[in-house]
Order: sequence, then C-alpha cells, then structure tokens
Amino acid sequence: MVKITARIIYSGKVQGVVLKSEAPLSFFGAVDPTTGLVKDSQHPLFGQCIAGKILIFPYAKGSTVGSYILYGLKKRGLAPIGMILEECETIVAVGAIISEIPTVDRVRTNQFHTGDLVRIDEGEVYLEEKSHC
Amino acid sequence: MKLTEKENDLLSGKHGAGLKKAMEILVALGKIYGAKEMVPVTSAQIAGISYKNIGDPGLEFLRDWAESNARAHIPAFMNPAGIDRQTWRQLGFPEGFAKKQLEIIEILKQMGVRATLTCTPYHIGIVPQQGEHIAWSESSAVSYANSLLAARTNREGGPSALAAAFCGRTPRCGLHLHENRLATHRILVKCPAKTSADYGMLGYLIGKKIGQGIPYFQGLEIPANEAERTACLKALGAAMAAAGAVALFHIEKVTPEANDYGERIIKQDCKLIEIDSLEEAQRALHQVGQQVDLVALGCPHVSLEELAAIAGLIQNRQLKSPLWIATSAIVREQARAKNLVSMIENAGGRVLADTCMVVAPLEEMGIKHIGTNSAKAAVYLPSHQSAIVHFGTTERCVQAAISGHWED
Repeated sequence: MVKITARIIYSGKVQGVVLKSEAPLSFFGAVDPTTGLVKDSQHPLFGQCIAGKILIFPYAKGSTVGSYILYGLKKRGLAPIGMILEECETIVAVGAIISEIPTVDRVRTNQFHTGDLVRIDEGEVYLEEKSHC
Repeated sequence: MKLTEKENDLLSGKHGAGLKKAMEILVALGKIYGAKEMVPVTSAQIAGISYKNIGDPGLEFLRDWAESNARAHIPAFMNPAGIDRQTWRQLGFPEGFAKKQLEIIEILKQMGVRATLTCTPYHIGIVPQQGEHIAWSESSAVSYANSLLAARTNREGGPSALAAAFCGRTPRCGLHLHENRLATHRILVKCPAKTSADYGMLGYLIGKKIGQGIPYFQGLEIPANEAERTACLKALGAAMAAAGAVALFHIEKVTPEANDYGERIIKQDCKLIEIDSLEEAQRALHQVGQQVDLVALGCPHVSLEELAAIAGLIQNRQLKSPLWIATSAIVREQARAKNLVSMIENAGGRVLADTCMVVAPLEEMGIKHIGTNSAKAAVYLPSHQSAIVHFGTTERCVQAAISGHWED
C-alpha cells in the first residue's frame, strides 16, 4: 500500500476503482450528463463511463458550465465518487463542492492506472491495490 | 487562509446550508489561487444565465441553491439570457426553450439578483469606481471594468459570482492585487485602427497571441468622440477575452492605471509584439459567401449612442434581411422614448433586449448565415451556433441587411 499526501479541494472519505485519463477533460461537451459516458471521440476515455469511479486526470479544461455537468451527473447518480488531479482549477473545484464529491489535487497522477483500487481519506490518498490488467 | 469570525460562521453553516456552500466555493478558489484572505466586494455580475449554455443541469443547480434560502447581500445582476422577454413569441423563439429560460430568470430574481440581463451593465449606470473590488463574470464586462474603470475583478464563473453575491466577498488574489495587474506584453500598433470592427480584429489577434497575458497598447489613435471611443474599446476587450482570456488591458495615456503609473504599469521582462496589419484577423473571422439569414449587431450590447447611429444608417430604407440589434431592456426603453426603436422597426429591423446572438437558440431557429460587426461573436458563432459568419464594419453589415446579401 502506498500513501500519498494531497491538497484537499472538497473533503471526504471514499474508496473505489480508478478510471484514469492522461489527457485533460472538458466536462462540458465531452461527457454526456444523462449517461456519464465520455462522448468526445477524440478523448482517450471515449466510450467509458465515469459513474461510480475514482476519476484521475491532470486537470479540467473548457467551459465553466462543466461544474454544472458534474452536478447534473451527481443528481442522476452518475458522477464519479471521487476525483484526484494534478492541478485543480475553478471548473472542478466548483463542481466538486456543489456536487459534494471528495476531491484532492497536487498528486502525480502517473503512479495510478485504470483499475487500481484507491482510497481518498481527507488529504491523503492510499493506493490499496494495483490493477492486474 | 485567514478568515474573519463572520467568514468562519458562514463556512461552518451557522447562516444556513446555502451560504455554507457559497463560502466553501470562495475558500476553495482562494486556496487554489493562493489568497491569504477575503476582500469585500461591492457588486456581483452573474454569467451562465442562458438556458442554451447551462441546460437542465444548471437549472437544477440554481433551483436547489435557491431553495436553501441563499440571497444576494450586495447589488447583483444578470448577464444576457436566451430570449427577449417581451418579444420572444413574435420573433419565433421556441416555446419550450423560453419556458426553461423564464424559470432560470425567476429563480435568480428570487435569489435577489436583478434581471438586468445585459453584458454591458456600465451602459445602464452600473459603473464601479477606480480601485473598487467587484466580482463580475461576463468576460467582456470584466475586461471593461478592469481596464477602462480600473475597478478590480477576476473573471468569475457563474457559481463563484453568485457565491460572492451571497457572502459579499471574494478571495483577494489575481487581479484584486496591484502586483498582478502589470502588463506582460507591450503591443506596438503600427497599422490604422479606426472602426469598432478594426478594434475587434486587433483584439482577436492579441487574444490569440497572449492568452491570459495583460497587454499595454502603444500607437493607437483612439477616437476623440466619447461614444465611439467606448464602442471601440469595448470591442477590443471583448475580442481579447473571447480569442484569449485577457481580463485586463492598458492603453498608453488612455486607461486610468496607464495614466497613473505610466510605464511603471509594465513588467520589466515584458515581451514586445508589433502589429503591422489586421488582415490575418479578417481572414480568420470572416467566411466568404453571399447568403445572410440574419444581420446581428450588439455583441457586446450596444449603448444608446450606438443604437442611434445604426438607426441613422437605416432610416427610410427597407431591409431585405432580418436585422437584430441587441441591447439591455433599459437602453431599449431609452431608445423608444427617442423614437429610435420605431425608426428601426419601420425599416424592418428589430431591437432585441435581454439576449444576444451568442446565447439565443439560433441554431434551433434555423439561422445559419450571420453577418456581424463583432469579432467576439465571430469567434463564438461557428462553435456555439454552427453558424457561417460574415464579419465586417457596422456599415457593411447594414448594407447587407438592406441589399439582402453580403458583398465581399
């Protein structure tokens, strides 16, 4: 188990399976708010569902409406359960707070892979189990 | 971050869940951008009003936040919406869209936000003083307030501007601090810029080149007429904010901070950019073609003087293409009193209030080929409305409305 110290954006405790993106993510335009699927065919996560995952990505980009997309997902039970970023900016910070999704940043995301089991505990991230695939 | 007792109370939920959420947003943003404390703000301008932009997720969020009884504690006002509240039926705006839009406006009114529905609050008497801290979100209004009024605001998002309205404060960081207001680029303009369309093209070029930088312009011959000057500098700031993310600019011997500080408002290690021609912008913003479904002026919203100038151009003419001129409801009333609205309507044009071509549901209404004098609109219309844009001066736009087609 590896323990990593992070900066809290929205505090909370949550454990789950990682969905990781090497590329930044624009929630507005790239994620379908009614399904949680990444619908931007140019994005590496195209076709994947972010619902119920610990979403790990470098940073968000695009329209500030992205905050509302996270809120819409949360209301439909389709939001990620936690988010880990390299550098959080306004879109994700506001989205995380209004949607009450535990979120941390200032983490090197290259140590995680899709399928890993990860726990966010306030300002600490625990890599519980590496993915075998 | 150091918080006052009041701020800690807000954060702990002593004043209710809605204000707690607002304070959480402000604290998180302060943390991200390195603020040491909050600063009181005197007004908030809220973007993210159009249903076209925020959709059902935004509507749901605002509805839920309003239910928590969060209310604006400082003057707060709305950016344009997706409809003209008076004339949307006549103009054929879709009913389903209009209903959702009216609900958003009602929710915000309930939260204590004034339905000014304009991107140019400074044309309706909302004019912050030099050094005043505000929390505005419409990017062209942010640029205008920072640059021409020397008020201080970051470029807020809709929720963070609402949070500032509820709590009466914002994190003291970014453009609230003098040291972050110094110019990063010296821009030497060597070609003539005369019309507001020229200023828009210049803004487009600089926005593309410097992104989030702060330009200091030299060599600009600003129009002597105050209304024309305002129109040109409004277009310049709007285009830089749309093509890039410029939230503040200085102009030698023109803007207040350039006047107060002279060259001390420029960073020691600033970069130099020379502009010899605006042609590159013309090529990027304009698409060749004759068809015009709509000629749209008023991005940002026109002042009364601009509206009068346009009315003068179309007086006693009969337009072959629809012409929309967007402004605030207050300016439209002033224009009505001067018979300007009837002059425009007699020629076949319309003065729209509360909305504009960027946030109205044009695509849904089948409007595709749009002529405009706004570089900002020309940046957004292709991506936001899948439109084909013909860009030119106000005169050229009016000519296209009169003849019914665009002439290159």
